[in-house]
Amino acid sequence: MPVFLLEIGLEEIPAGMISAAQSELAQRIEKLLTRERLTPDTQTDALRVTSYSTPRRLAVLAEGLLQGQPDMEEEIVGPATKVAFKDGAPTQAAIAFAKKSGVEVSTLKTIQNAKGEYVSATVHRRGRTAAEVLKDGLAAEIAGIYWPKSMYWRAGKPERCVRPVRWMVALLDEEVLPLEFAGVTAGRASCGHRVLHGDAPVMVKTPLEYAKALAAAYVEVDPEARRQRIRKALDKATRQIAGARWREDEALVEIVTNLTEWPSVILGSFEQEYLTLPDEILVTVMRGYQKYFALEDSEKKLLPNFLAVLNLEVDDAGAAVIRHGNERVLRARFNDARFFWDVDQKIPLIDRVEMLKSVTFQKDLGSYWDKTERNRAVARRIIDRFDPPLFLFEPVKLETFTAIVDKAALLAKADLTTEMVKEFTELQGVVGGLYARAQRLPDGVARAIHDHYKPASQEDTIPSLPAGSVVALADKVSTIVDMFAIGLQPTGSKDPFALRRAGNGVVRILVEDDKLNDRLHLAHVCFAAMQNTKAIDDAVLRESIYDFLLDRFEFYLRESGNVNPQVARAIRKAGTTGSDYEVDGLLIGYGKIAGFAKALDAQVGSPNVLAVAELLKRTANILRQAKEKKIIFAYWESEGLLRETAEKELSRKVTEVNQAIQQSYREGNYEAAIAAIASLQPLLNAFFDSVMVMVDDPQLRDNRLALLSRTESVVRWAADFSELASI
Amino acid sequence: MVSNSSVEPKIPPTFQELLFQLQQFWASRGCILQQAYDVEVGAGTMSPETFLRVLGPKPFRVAYAQPSRRPADGRYGQNPNRLFKHTQLQVILKPPPENIQALYLESLEAIGIDLRQHDVKFEEDNWESPTLGAWGIGWQVMLDGLEITQFTYFQQCGGIDLDPIAGEITYGLERIAAFLQDVDSIYDIVWARESDSGKEITYGKVRFAEEVQFSVYNFEKADVEKLWQHFRLYEEECKALLEEARELPEDADAEARNRLPLLAAFDLCLKCSHLFNLLDARGAISVTERVGVIARIRGLAVAVAKAYATQQSQAAAA
Repeated sequence: MPVFLLEIGLEEIPAGMISAAQSELAQRIEKLLTRERLTPDTQTDALRVTSYSTPRRLAVLAEGLLQGQPDMEEEIVGPATKVAFKDGAPTQAAIAFAKKSGVEVSTLKTIQNAKGEYVSATVHRRGRTAAEVLKDGLAAEIAGIYWPKSMYWRAGKPERCVRPVRWMVALLDEEVLPLEFAGVTAGRASCGHRVLHGDAPVMVKTPLEYAKALAAAYVEVDPEARRQRIRKALDKATRQIAGARWREDEALVEIVTNLTEWPSVILGSFEQEYLTLPDEILVTVMRGYQKYFALEDSEKKLLPNFLAVLNLEVDDAGAAVIRHGNERVLRARFNDARFFWDVDQKIPLIDRVEMLKSVTFQKDLGSYWDKTERNRAVARRIIDRFDPPLFLFEPVKLETFTAIVDKAALLAKADLTTEMVKEFTELQGVVGGLYARAQRLPDGVARAIHDHYKPASQEDTIPSLPAGSVVALADKVSTIVDMFAIGLQPTGSKDPFALRRAGNGVVRILVEDDKLNDRLHLAHVCFAAMQNTKAIDDAVLRESIYDFLLDRFEFYLRESGNVNPQVARAIRKAGTTGSDYEVDGLLIGYGKIAGFAKALDAQVGSPNVLAVAELLKRTANILRQAKEKKIIFAYWESEGLLRETAEKELSRKVTEVNQAIQQSYREGNYEAAIAAIASLQPLLNAFFDSVMVMVDDPQLRDNRLALLSRTESVVRWAADFSELASI
Repeated sequence: MVSNSSVEPKIPPTFQELLFQLQQFWASRGCILQQAYDVEVGAGTMSPETFLRVLGPKPFRVAYAQPSRRPADGRYGQNPNRLFKHTQLQVILKPPPENIQALYLESLEAIGIDLRQHDVKFEEDNWESPTLGAWGIGWQVMLDGLEITQFTYFQQCGGIDLDPIAGEITYGLERIAAFLQDVDSIYDIVWARESDSGKEITYGKVRFAEEVQFSVYNFEKADVEKLWQHFRLYEEECKALLEEARELPEDADAEARNRLPLLAAFDLCLKCSHLFNLLDARGAISVTERVGVIARIRGLAVAVAKAYATQQSQAAAA
């Protein structure tokens, strides 16, 4: 079966855009072949699509496509029969239709459709060859690739792409497909490595020889192979230093994979004296600016060495030259960092707070000084809401804890005025923490400042101490509330202030900080931030903020907890996530809620859960219909009005289940809660079998509705089981 | 004795030889060699040789070394890597030839960089100047981990979409010289070497005093009130010239149109830009003011660009 190859040669594509474009091009070609009926429809001969990329090319290899489209019979509908034939003889309309369709008039048939009787022609369509289809269809696919940022390069602006397209290779087996895009006609000549191979064209004879031909020209076209080669070379270079290992950094491996066509690695070193700078700063300089890997010893202490990934293969002499150059650059960078450090120490953090008045947070929300004051107030209110209020992180007293949080909140943003953060913006917070330590502020304050942007991503850890968690919560939640209040909530894919990330951080701290998660509920944190804002008087706004955070919680359960989406939805709608978070003085925080979610996830789809969920869904439907009929009923059934055995038993059982659920939360034994809920199944079944709810007697009817309503809300306190029916 | 040049240790070029070699290289590839523009600018892009010449359809190739003044970057001559005034070798190729990257790499070989012995990478770095209403797509070129060149395909300038676009290659001469000569401080770069005695004159000898004195002026002495006055005066004059261009009747003859002093208006706009940089270095511009002042300069630059483009197209049509 034919094999097809397309290679698009470009000037260097930004490293971060290559992988996505590679898979998009592969998908586009696969879809084109499928759409154009060029894929075999048997299991054994399935189409195989492989894709490649380097900084200078995207390539797709498709094996097992058809030589051409199968021929096709197509039925074309023409004019109405009464127009096409007059007294049994064809009219001009029939003759014209037959001619257009390329058939004899005598072969025209009649068909009946919704509009009446029409003539039709059976047309035999010859399939086009794969070569024709690809030659005509590919340019549009290439033009359609999504690039986050693209450019014009030819006069008259005929097309845009991420960078100028300089060559193309398109082969169907041995044959060149001379397709055209951006003024380039595809041939069989590719380009090798700029330096190692030089300008001579690399002729590709057949599609299957592509990778080999390029490898001979010092281009490894398979990014996965380059990644492995880089990892091996990093390991090998590291072995030059006994006991050392390179600091794992998958994201950086990905970047250098996409910056090289023929990678190799050199080991460099720097002066021991720079190790007095904090690790975070050294690593940021090496990684962010120079794309070097850091080395550490067996105790994870940084070594005065680095690894640089080259797009070259060099002998020892060349390696020495390149090593020397890279060491020179790194030394200058480290000198800069040390200079910033020294200059910044001249103004302590506390004196920088005032300087924040001239750093804009957001134009309608004022400066970072204003933001600081907001954060302090919100942090204070969060502590006030601790429940139980007696806050005992031995050996820290409440007053001490409050003082640490307040100091950290006051100084948290001060590092935005430092030269270090102006140079290395991603170190905001970290630099503040390091400076706080250098300026002999209490360790708790330094760590809270250091951690207050945490978690910055799904992979990042949460703050290491509760004080840091409180400052982080205050900062994030108040940003969310304030942005929502001025109408800057995220919409669709637009989230310019990264509020979703802030919301994810809030949720993660509330679930995962086990010093806080039994003392603090999302409602506390949220309302602490809403005080003194317009959200406090605006129910719609309040709701939208809380809803946004619940969205983040649902997302968290799905993504971090790997919880089934229906379970996540059921938990999001639980009473505990909203305002019903207390049981006899015990706070049900998000740690417990997430614990229940995990337990439920383990049993979801089991016959027990499914059966009771079905019945609870039925319950919810009845209640909804009653509400739609504007029937008003009590929240609690009255015992005296219970007539049938089944309803009396259900009423008793619901009370029992309620207690069992609450008991299980107290003990952290969530399986017991699920078992209790499941135990409602026979009683609910019996109830629906023998009790009519919508009876004529309004008193009886409303009492039964009240009983169902209580049943529903007792269960929904833990999770909305109606979401779990039929998984 | 027969010398074998490939074995003999290479003497790296002096600062001025580096400049000669690059100018020679680009002159032989069809560039006009211009002198540096004699109004203070923060980058070679701001010279009218780039900013105005990239507008309109006329092909154009130019190279020039542009001293670029950035008052806030001054370090009193104390930082080995940072300068108030550094030198950019600016090359404009409009339209960019297909082999522009290859040409650039050849230029590196022309200054003695053996590409087989050095690691060159083109890493994404797009360029944008809000004050000029200009942006482009491109790379920073890394040589053994050092950024030596900004390579940009200009897409827009003075708020005007370019067609054809222009390729801009900006070499950081001090960095490249320090790299080639393997010195850790810019001030140790050999600027010139007397051919008979071999006596060397360093970058520090030539420029140190300037770095010190301008740092003192830029950070301490520049009179904020007077700077604002200058700013307003230049701005007013620039606006007055632009107004004159606007008021020119549509049926004005070619001579009247060509006499419109738009090049002078652009100088006045550059003056404003430099004064803004000085005020910024003095810490005299608050964050809220900043946006406003940038918008004022941008307004001038965009208006000049527009009037200039009109003037050029009318001249071409005539």
